Amino acid sequence: MPSWREDVRKVNIIVCVKRVPDTGTRIRIARGGSAIDPEGLRHVMNPYDEFALEAGLRTREAVGEGEVTAVSLGDAQSEETLRAALALGADRAILIEGTVTHDGLATAKVLASVIEEDRAELILLGKKAVDDDQEQVGPMLATLLGWSCASAVSQFELEGGHGSVRCARAVEGGTQYVRLPLPSVLTITKGAFEPRFASMKGIMAAKRKPLERRPAKAVASRLRLRSLELPPERSGGEFIGEGAGAVPELVRILRDEEGLI
Amino acid sequence: MTKVLAVLEEREGWLTEVAGEVMAVAAGLAEDLGGSADALLPRGEAWRDGGEGVERSGVRRLTVLVHEALASYRPEVFTAVVESAVREGGYGAVLLAATSQGKDLAARLAARLDVPLAQEIVDLAVSGGEIELVRPVYAGKALARIHLDSSPLIATIRPHAFSLEPGKSAPEIEVVEADLDPSGWATEVLAFEASDPEVPDVAEAAVVVSGGRGLKGPENWDLLEGLRAALGGDAGLGASRAVVDAGWRPHAEQVGQTGQTVAPRLYFAIGISGAVQHLAGMRTAGKIVAINRDADAPIFKIADYGIVGDLFEVVPALTREIEALRARG
Repeated sequence: MPSWREDVRKVNIIVCVKRVPDTGTRIRIARGGSAIDPEGLRHVMNPYDEFALEAGLRTREAVGEGEVTAVSLGDAQSEETLRAALALGADRAILIEGTVTHDGLATAKVLASVIEEDRAELILLGKKAVDDDQEQVGPMLATLLGWSCASAVSQFELEGGHGSVRCARAVEGGTQYVRLPLPSVLTITKGAFEPRFASMKGIMAAKRKPLERRPAKAVASRLRLRSLELPPERSGGEFIGEGAGAVPELVRILRDEEGLI
Repeated sequence: MTKVLAVLEEREGWLTEVAGEVMAVAAGLAEDLGGSADALLPRGEAWRDGGEGVERSGVRRLTVLVHEALASYRPEVFTAVVESAVREGGYGAVLLAATSQGKDLAARLAARLDVPLAQEIVDLAVSGGEIELVRPVYAGKALARIHLDSSPLIATIRPHAFSLEPGKSAPEIEVVEADLDPSGWATEVLAFEASDPEVPDVAEAAVVVSGGRGLKGPENWDLLEGLRAALGGDAGLGASRAVVDAGWRPHAEQVGQTGQTVAPRLYFAIGISGAVQHLAGMRTAGKIVAINRDADAPIFKIADYGIVGDLFEVVPALTREIEALRARG
């Protein structure tokens, strides 16, 4: 469990959430080759955003006072994702009605223009969205707002006396510990914040919580998607054999034919 | 004439392997554009030796920028030094490694320069003066061909994704003591806790030994560790989502859509049935070897070589065979 300094009394947190295709679903390319086929596609809240939301909820619960606001840029269907965030415990939601592209800087500009109107000490996002895998909106948003930022945060703790946040970052080769002054943007990865499940009571309450719609500022994408294609099929397997008896042949192939070991 | 800048990264005082790839891709891009490539290495202390990776990099000049504040990754400092290098050098393209540091730095740099960013590219081609970038989306379930309407172009390069020819030339090395203004550096680095320094990160390892539920419990991972050790220093460990969710292995090892997407030269899938989201994370590996009891497991559909059998017999035999091979030299 995360721990919190007792002298933090109130914190307002914005959590950015995105509606993405379920990771278990197969992707097909739509005719025209520039989008995925929406037919039969299930959608979920981006799994990394679930960690971010959980982190926001636990922080607010530990501090005692303050609001968790879920924000999503997208079309009307993203309302589902925001209702899911409300059911889990967010206090209110903002749907920024607009188009999401693969240009993370365009997304960050839209989010920045909306977030500037709302007072918050923390903005939390998932480390990346598992649709475009661009992994960039958090640090870009922080740069535009002039806030401090840590990416790939697996655990953090508010330090009220310092007006700061202490973060553990999951990076190659280990864990980096950093301290940032608030306000701060953190992108969250799997770690301390295993998401909770929505209760029936939470789902009922979500229907009455405020969900505000705001138009997205017009920002053109400068990332042109020329085409989308399925990766080349791997020419499938050669069974070497069964059991330990097949091992010498496998090693021979990997060494002599492939030069890999 | 377009100038290309490769931004390099170190780990524990040594250039990362992917730093060599970034230089090679930068040199290749510069050649295609009729320009030249330089490299920039921010570092905490004076330069000692770049090794073979630098000597055959193909870049024209390597600038080693030295300041004690550059000893570990402090994003504001790194962003400031790279931003000024890009502006002063008039670079038309900037390439970084798609590591946690490279991706964080690239995002901040792109926002500072007000240009879009392509993370984790796996290919790039120049035609008609335009640069087309290829990057996996949906964790590799699809590939996007994109163009960035901006200058400079900024992209990060996925480790091991490019097939590269060894570079031709050694760079001229220039060591510069950086003059930095510490005001506005928000991030205070408190500590770094290294995981086992002998085992490379799964995203960077050239060979990955990955285990799934077929291992039956975390106590059986010494089997995979034995195989990994036999394969040598550039082999890392991976895991399926099921075993990470079960708490058997750390998330840092998870391969798949909510973990790492990897492209090692050789991938061993051991006791992994091959869920869609796992296959997405490793399907761009050079060669895939699957060991599984179930001949109908989906992993065999994409594996290059498969052994059907009990991994508790096959893996120790494989480890012994490879150890014997190594012993013979």
